[in-house]
Amino acid sequence: MADPSAAPPIDEHSDPDSFTAVQVRPEFVELRRRLRSFVFPMTLAFLAWYLLYVLASAFARGFMAHRLVGNINVALVFGLLQFVSTFSIAYLYSRYASRRLDPLADQLRHELEGGAR
Amino acid sequence: MTHLPVAGGTTHRPISIALFVVFVAVTLYITIWASRQNKTAAGFYAADRSFSALQNGLAVAGDYMSAASFLGIAGIIALNGYDGFLYSIGFLVAWLVALLLVAELLRNSGRFTMADVLAFRMRQRPVRTAAGVSTITVSIFYLLAQMVGAGALVGLLLGVTGETAKIITIIVVGALMIFYVTVGGMKGTTWVQIIKAVLLVTGALVMTGWVLAKFHFNISELLGRAASESGKGQAFLSPGLAYGKTNLLSKLDLISLGLALVLGTAGLPHILIRFYTVPDARAARRSVNWAIGLIGAFYLMTLALGFGAAALVGSKAIAAQNAAGNTAAPQLAEALGGGPGTTGGAIFLAVIAAVAFATILAVVAGLTLASSSSFAHDIFANVIKRGQASERDEVRVARYAAFGIGATAILLSIFARSLNVAFLVALAFAIAASANLPTLLFSLYWSRFTTRGAVWGIYAGLISSVGLVLLSPICWGGKSGTLPAGNATALFSKTIEAPFPLQNPGILSIPIGFLFAWLGTITAKEIASATKYAELEVRALTGLGAH
Repeated sequence: MADPSAAPPIDEHSDPDSFTAVQVRPEFVELRRRLRSFVFPMTLAFLAWYLLYVLASAFARGFMAHRLVGNINVALVFGLLQFVSTFSIAYLYSRYASRRLDPLADQLRHELEGGAR
Repeated sequence: MTHLPVAGGTTHRPISIALFVVFVAVTLYITIWASRQNKTAAGFYAADRSFSALQNGLAVAGDYMSAASFLGIAGIIALNGYDGFLYSIGFLVAWLVALLLVAELLRNSGRFTMADVLAFRMRQRPVRTAAGVSTITVSIFYLLAQMVGAGALVGLLLGVTGETAKIITIIVVGALMIFYVTVGGMKGTTWVQIIKAVLLVTGALVMTGWVLAKFHFNISELLGRAASESGKGQAFLSPGLAYGKTNLLSKLDLISLGLALVLGTAGLPHILIRFYTVPDARAARRSVNWAIGLIGAFYLMTLALGFGAAALVGSKAIAAQNAAGNTAAPQLAEALGGGPGTTGGAIFLAVIAAVAFATILAVVAGLTLASSSSFAHDIFANVIKRGQASERDEVRVARYAAFGIGATAILLSIFARSLNVAFLVALAFAIAASANLPTLLFSLYWSRFTTRGAVWGIYAGLISSVGLVLLSPICWGGKSGTLPAGNATALFSKTIEAPFPLQNPGILSIPIGFLFAWLGTITAKEIASATKYAELEVRALTGLGAH
């Protein structure tokens, strides 16, 4: 049974205003801050990094064609670095989410469900 | 024309057909098995959310790695070298948009379709109509590209020429996809994707290992041979042979393509509905991670396949077979197996050809499912019946819709079978990036976003991307910024100059989509409902009450 001191459980049939009440709770504000403070800057970063690659492919042909070792040139390494950065960001985000987002989201959800389930 | 390696040699044909029949038989059996669990809407649309993260990751990869990326990218690399790699990178980096901004929130707040999220806070009918129109348009364009491609491919791979062979192929592919979707629903379709993904990745892995072994695992040696066999020297290994070779406009075209690729993925309806097939947001995240790993590995392998084909088959032999290079991967398989005329060559070619068919079949099934779901759930149940349709009626309509959309796609593909429709894949990505992504992001993250903003954003993005392509050198072949005069593949006129000089609309249509979504919102008299946004945000972030 629900802890009588906890807020009443929220489900599909709840009063819509109860969501507004949740939205201003400090735990929820913190959850949103943690999510946005990671995903927004990271999105800007990888889009900028990708655009740099596309722009270099269009306008810096000489630089891209520069040979580093044998037949391996800047263009190939730059392209492969896009793979590396994509894999790394996916890994970093997943680690961040499981450490910083999931516990808070779980805690909030359990409180809101009020142990009714 | 005596020594065409593929069309000339037909020893592999019975093996190809046998392997393909086995694939079809297995997938049909699974589809019928899955059909027993398709009674409810959640079963038909979302496979009762019963797939694991790994299974869905494979299915996402299967839905995403179309014949365009397997055959198309390997072909572009084999003929034009490095420029094909630009596609691979855009297609891969795009997954970060889906992972960071969309997948989990969509999983938590929606039920069956993309419009569930777009219409969550809005007036249902206008937003669902717009989202349904956009979903069906994107899916039909994508379907057309795949099915016309299938028609051409079968002729090349089986050595059958003539219009009848193309038409029969299109009808067979269409009939199978309709069967998978109407009978198997999401569960059957997902298993088709999983099997296909395993076959495709295994096939690519074997070929890549083989190619690298031939060059003693020395990448530089492989690249050197590819450059010399291509006849283009070191230029083959740097950007510029296919795109942006002449002037500023053609470079803008390259950037425009890059934008559509990176922003389109997270707006593709057939990809988005995949996130509903797993139990929760965490599983959706893990399935995107699996997909990123699989897709990334696959695109790295296409690099080896493309350069390998250039090195071992030679760009000239590939171009002689197919001007767009679509047969580079099968020809490479033949060369690896021992060359044209050998048993090993025939067997390996047959295997890769069958994998290519499986690839096309799985992708078209995914597209048909996405568009019929949207028709039944958005247009029929929520617009026509105003949310009063019974679940049984909704699923029944979804099956009819799959049939109708499939039949339409077959007919359109038959009419378009001789046109160069490869641009339709890039167009589908451009529409997804221009019409769907702005509305999706504003819905999830902008509290003041309104119904009018959503509707304006979708229609403006849709109309501008399609409209700009209708005005582009793809349709008008006269001399323009990006193409020389007399473009033989232009759809409307080969001599009149195109009013819009770029082939890829994204650089304009994506900002237009965002701009109109914003304009519609700030000019609306309606004030966004704060309580509905609170509900969306709380549900999306915490998973409260997720279906």
